Amino acid sequence: MKVERRVISVIVQNEHSVLARITGLFAARGYNIETLTVAPIPDSNLSRLTIETKGSVRVIEQIIKQLHKLIPTFKVIEHEEMVEKEMVLMKFPINESLANIQALCEAYNGGIMNVSSHHIITMIADEPKRVKHFIEAAQKFHPVEIVRGGVVAMERE
Amino acid sequence: MEMTGAQMVIEAMKLEGVDTVFGYPGGAIMNVYDELYKQNDFKHILTRHEQAAVHAAEGYARATGKVGVAFVTSGPGFTNAVTGLATAYMDSIPLVVISGQVPITLIGTDAFQEIDATGISRGCTKHNYLVRSAKELPRILKEAFYIANSGRPGPVHVDIPKDVTAEIAEFDYPTHVEIPTYKPTTKGNVRQIKKAAEAICNAKRPIFYLGGGIIHSNSADLVRELVAATQIPAVETLMARGVLEHDNPMLLGMVGMHGSYQANMAMSEADLMIALGPRFDDRVTGKLSEFAKHAKIIHVDIDPSSIGKLVDVDYPIVGDLKEVLEVMIPKVKECVDPDKYQAWRDILKRYNEIHPLTYEDSDKVLKPQWVIERVGELLGDEAIISTDVGQHQMWTAQFYPFNFPRQFITSGGLGTMGFGFPAAMGVKRARPDKISINFTGDGSILMNIQELVTAVENRLPVINIILNNHYLGMVRQWQTFFYEKRYAETDLSFQPDFVRLAEACGGIGYRVETKEEFDEALKDAVDKGVVALIDVIVDRDENVLPMVPSGGTLYNMMLEYKD
Ligand SMILES: Cc1ncc(C[n+]2csc(CCOP(=O)(O)OP(=O)(O)O)c2C)c(N)n1
Ligand SMILES: [Mg+2]
Repeated sequence: MKVERRVISVIVQNEHSVLARITGLFAARGYNIETLTVAPIPDSNLSRLTIETKGSVRVIEQIIKQLHKLIPTFKVIEHEEMVEKEMVLMKFPINESLANIQALCEAYNGGIMNVSSHHIITMIADEPKRVKHFIEAAQKFHPVEIVRGGVVAMERE
Repeated sequence: MEMTGAQMVIEAMKLEGVDTVFGYPGGAIMNVYDELYKQNDFKHILTRHEQAAVHAAEGYARATGKVGVAFVTSGPGFTNAVTGLATAYMDSIPLVVISGQVPITLIGTDAFQEIDATGISRGCTKHNYLVRSAKELPRILKEAFYIANSGRPGPVHVDIPKDVTAEIAEFDYPTHVEIPTYKPTTKGNVRQIKKAAEAICNAKRPIFYLGGGIIHSNSADLVRELVAATQIPAVETLMARGVLEHDNPMLLGMVGMHGSYQANMAMSEADLMIALGPRFDDRVTGKLSEFAKHAKIIHVDIDPSSIGKLVDVDYPIVGDLKEVLEVMIPKVKECVDPDKYQAWRDILKRYNEIHPLTYEDSDKVLKPQWVIERVGELLGDEAIISTDVGQHQMWTAQFYPFNFPRQFITSGGLGTMGFGFPAAMGVKRARPDKISINFTGDGSILMNIQELVTAVENRLPVINIILNNHYLGMVRQWQTFFYEKRYAETDLSFQPDFVRLAEACGGIGYRVETKEEFDEALKDAVDKGVVALIDVIVDRDENVLPMVPSGGTLYNMMLEYKD
């Protein structure tokens, strides 16, 4: 069966152990979590989770239904047309070329965030596909640490 | 009014109309038991094990459709209750289970009898709560009862720390529930129902696939009406036994691994499957790629995640079966021509003539199937029948003449040995007008045998009929068929003296080896109205047949076993 990538947003009541319910559901039913981000929605008692997952059409459909079934779930948004972004922090040794790193990061909506006596820290934010390219391209500057933020998404309309 | 958390629990029981709580006290829940002591509104039945308390609550709920309630303490009290929660969860049984927890101030410190109870119950409950303050308690308890018995029913677990049961707060019990995130769909889509009705009228070889959802939604009467109006043959899952009268001419029997030949052939050859509240369990479908290969499928279920989970559905209808059937029946009646299915009915009849569901009786040794049929003849509709798990369970499902919904109480989804006896106690408590029978095995009965004491003490005259084959029979059967008779740890030749065991606890025991002895024992137990163990020595080599080996196809049943 064909495996698809899907980004799903889940709006949940902000309550005790709601995150455990969701991750527990994925674990118990053997679903995949590629990335996961969570934060409260301003001026509400809700939180928004963005889950990047993979599975066959039937599995994705089940994931969505099972998420719906959880009592604290307010809404499950299956993205069709969306803006997707992921943020990445990366740390390089100070002896790498500052100018080249800067140029690379700018190409991916980012730049240099901090420079200390030992390290350069950069940030980029871009579409998941491009994030992959960035991480590949950055290898030649020998990054010592990479922190990916996970995908966030919003409907276009 | 202000009161303690413990008093709130008791008040909530009253307001929810609870008449029976099954449970077992301990440190963390003592405040609640102290309040329970002071009241007279409901009865508490002290089981002798927490697992039995939850199963008894399940028996109560399964027999009535009302929410069953159990109280347990923290730590081991709760972990003992988990099997009950899981059993109820798999069969969609409405329960509220309240557990004590260590005080909030100690949570997370590995305190005495502390366990992450909501962490454990998350995967085997419909919902659960860890109560943070007495202020939340009225709302949580109200929600717990509502969630347990609305939508697709299920167990709800409420974990209450000891300091919350002592805390004083305002008690204002909500009159209705407002959970913005939980609104089960009950009304089916009318356009979709209409299309399904047309599909039924246009089909040549339709079959009703009746599931446990019919029992939960109390819609057996409507199903009977629909079957009568269409004259379409029907199969029942294990959980749907009793939906149709056992002698309903349209009933082909049980479907699945130990279903009848005609039922399984009907499923395999149908061109339209009308699935009313089943869940396409693997014990029913066999190999999925071969299941109902020629059929379009109508599936009505209140749980959207149940639809399309395992097979593709052509007419999905999300809704409460009762509401859906109320709309569907008149639409089907408008277009249906029952005579049209005559050829199909004839084919199925022929299948039944070739391979009827039957067994070979003997005058040398009692056959378990005979015992079940005999109880059916003697008690019929007077009895509510619980079972444990194993061969005896399947034979009961095959051979008891079930006649009404909620007459058959069994652990289907989880298959929990030890379920039967405590469940039958809960049944007796809920339905004192009926005779409560538990068909059990010599293995299963020992898994909650301590409940003899509870049943005797509380005058819950359950009659346990042990179909004693001196084996863990169902496992032995698989070893015979699939493991070249290597009987690894399934021989139960070493046994207690069941007669003396019953007597030691204040019940009556019978040991039976002939038909006459069986009749006498059963009559005596019924007349005396006592807790009984009837130890029936049956043919130990009997197998449950026919059988679809697991992963096999429904149309390729094993019809007999030759040594
Ligand atoms: C708690 C539990 N443990 C193990 C099993 C696996 N199991 C299924 S049927 C069975 C044998 C039951 O033996 P008995 O109660 O004597 O019934 P019989 O099959 O002989 O009628 C076993 C061990 C189970 N279903 N439940
Ligand atoms: Mg046995």
